[in-house]
Amino acid sequence: MRNTLSILVADEPGELSRIVGLFSSRGYNIETISVGKTLEDGWSRCTIVTEGDAAIVEQILKQCERLARVREAKAVTSQPHIEREMALIDVNALTPDDRAEIKNLVDIFRAKIVDITHDRMIVEASGNKEKVDRFIGLLESFGMNEVVRTGYVAINTLMADKGSALQQTA
Amino acid sequence: MRDVATVVETVETAELSDTSANKPMRGAEVLVRSLIRNGVDTIFGLPGGAVLHIYDELWRFRDEITHYLVRHEQGAVHAAEGYARATGKVGAAVVTSGPGATNAVTGIATAYMDSIPLVVITGQVPLPVIGTDAFQEVDTFGITLPIVKHNYLVRDVRDLAAIVDEAFRIAASGKPGPVVIDLPKDITAHICDGPRRCHYDAASAAAPACTDTQTVDIIADRLINAERPVFYVGGGIVTSGAAYALIELAEKLAAPVTPTLMGLGGFPTAHKLSLGMLGMHGTYAANMAVSESDLLVAVGVRFDDRVTGKLATFAPQAEIIHIDIDPSNIGKVKQPHISLVSDAKPALEALLAAIAERGDGPLAAGKAARLDWWKKLSGWRNSVPLVCETSETEIKPQQVIEELHRATNGDAVIVTDVGQHQMWAAQFYPFKRTRQWITSGGLGTMGFGLPAALGAQLALPEQTVVAVVGDGGFQMTNQELITAIQYNIPLKVLIMNNGYLGMVRQWQEMFYDRAYSEVDLSISPDFVKLAEAYGAQGLRATTPAELTSALRQGLEHKGVTVWDIVVTKEENVFPIIPAGQDTRNMILK
Repeated sequence: MRNTLSILVADEPGELSRIVGLFSSRGYNIETISVGKTLEDGWSRCTIVTEGDAAIVEQILKQCERLARVREAKAVTSQPHIEREMALIDVNALTPDDRAEIKNLVDIFRAKIVDITHDRMIVEASGNKEKVDRFIGLLESFGMNEVVRTGYVAINTLMADKGSALQQTA
Repeated sequence: MRDVATVVETVETAELSDTSANKPMRGAEVLVRSLIRNGVDTIFGLPGGAVLHIYDELWRFRDEITHYLVRHEQGAVHAAEGYARATGKVGAAVVTSGPGATNAVTGIATAYMDSIPLVVITGQVPLPVIGTDAFQEVDTFGITLPIVKHNYLVRDVRDLAAIVDEAFRIAASGKPGPVVIDLPKDITAHICDGPRRCHYDAASAAAPACTDTQTVDIIADRLINAERPVFYVGGGIVTSGAAYALIELAEKLAAPVTPTLMGLGGFPTAHKLSLGMLGMHGTYAANMAVSESDLLVAVGVRFDDRVTGKLATFAPQAEIIHIDIDPSNIGKVKQPHISLVSDAKPALEALLAAIAERGDGPLAAGKAARLDWWKKLSGWRNSVPLVCETSETEIKPQQVIEELHRATNGDAVIVTDVGQHQMWAAQFYPFKRTRQWITSGGLGTMGFGLPAALGAQLALPEQTVVAVVGDGGFQMTNQELITAIQYNIPLKVLIMNNGYLGMVRQWQEMFYDRAYSEVDLSISPDFVKLAEAYGAQGLRATTPAELTSALRQGLEHKGVTVWDIVVTKEENVFPIIPAGQDTRNMILK
């Protein structure tokens, strides 16, 4: 089962390697990882997509919470959530027809053309896993030179937050 | 969430309580003062280039901190562990960068596996040259990352005091463990004119109270009504100081108790409710009891593979209750039916209170329902007791432990190395109290025994401390004998000499068709002469009669004694449940 974990960790040297090290030393898998600043100074949010059943995910979260500089570790996927990934795709566009067809796909997928030469384009696409995967799949027939993906970030929906807030007051 | 640190940005100089706190001082002095502030009066170490400033300050503060110079950094960390294991206090060690740090790694990992509180200071090359492959540079932070509870690379002298304070809190709080502070040389020379970062607001070191009354009530009911209960208790009992609560609870319920290797001493071995140790080399009664119990109450344990054997058939009929301070231990290897995250002592005390609330009626009815269980337990105990082999002509290793027990009135602190002698000591020395038994359980570190005993003896100067070691492990760290001599630490080292790496030989005999591949240690130094060369008393025994007199003579000696006890070469540890198998595959002899 695919799970997206959200880990709030102090923005200090070495803390990311502590989390990554925990995953490798305990044999957990990392499909994607992304890290960024949060609203709060000194704290980063690390989003990790991993494979594992509920028991494994629970164990991963508990292991993360043992770390002195981890303030919170949760599975975003256990609640309604929104997940996004961005991809930059260097795709061949050798003929005017190809260019038009790619432009078409870009419009359908609400992607963006961010660079272009007479025979290639760089396309920026974002969305959930299915959308980005399908878009890349459709570009395959043109011949792609490179795909760069950011890994996923995820956030619980406002409804999910409301749900947990209600639970807390009850 | 435990140990969660929130960085407090306000500067608070009050954190440094000593009067000279506001006087500018170099990092090394900040470090040593911080160690003193955290209660360190004993530190083990070995100097080197990167820690010269620190050693300069240790020299200035030598009346407040006694430094013990070991002969190898592994010895420093094991000695600090022995000190910590004997007292429950945080052990401290200091080593230099590069090889000093890598030599310390084995000790740090040993402490990590057994949840022993340590603070290890490692020197580091100056910050500006980190990453340039400088002389004696190694990435200590990275190397120790997976074997510490927490570690630091200090980047600013103004953070140092707060880091040391937090390191001690983290090491001792919750489930204890080692903390490494990697300290670049230039930081120890930098002048600190006050802390930049005041403190890390880590959770307090005090054990959390047991607040989950609902679960406590459920467990209390299960305990009262269980027909075939067993307490399976581990190092958590020792760490938490829960032995008395455990004894009271077991007695109230008339429920049997089996300790793990790390839990030995947590329940008196000679107590009528004790089944002895469980697991791979546990007693027949303890292992049978677990496999037929209907309620397994696991307290301060982690379902180690040396205890459970084959997981699927461990305690197959039991409802499992797991009480542990570390949430990640719950369900890590075996999913319990009921779990309680709590320190052992408050949990057991809460259970005692809950049981008292229910009155004597249900308790008496429950005890009556357990009479059949006790018939079974007694039957197992009597049918396959632990047998101390004896012989007129040669010394049996089990006999050595029994004789040692007699000669020390059962009061000695026993520190072991790892291997057959360790298992025989666990089986045949009945322990009366916690912290009377010190051993490397999780990591199984050969070479642990002698230096750990050194640290324990220093912590407990009034007590007899005996390092029981094998001829293999002894040779891994015997250089620390000179440390004992130098500081007049009256250590007793008992070498059970069978001329083999005995446990490996036993497995080769039992599981590898007696192919004794590279286990022969018959070419060894003369241990008596070796002891004498160090300035210790060396005594050899090769017959049972010599054993008795040698033990007496050595225990009477005021200084360091090394016994070379020549035992039966090919004796095996029984019972044994082969790795990954279950009670049904227990080999009794």
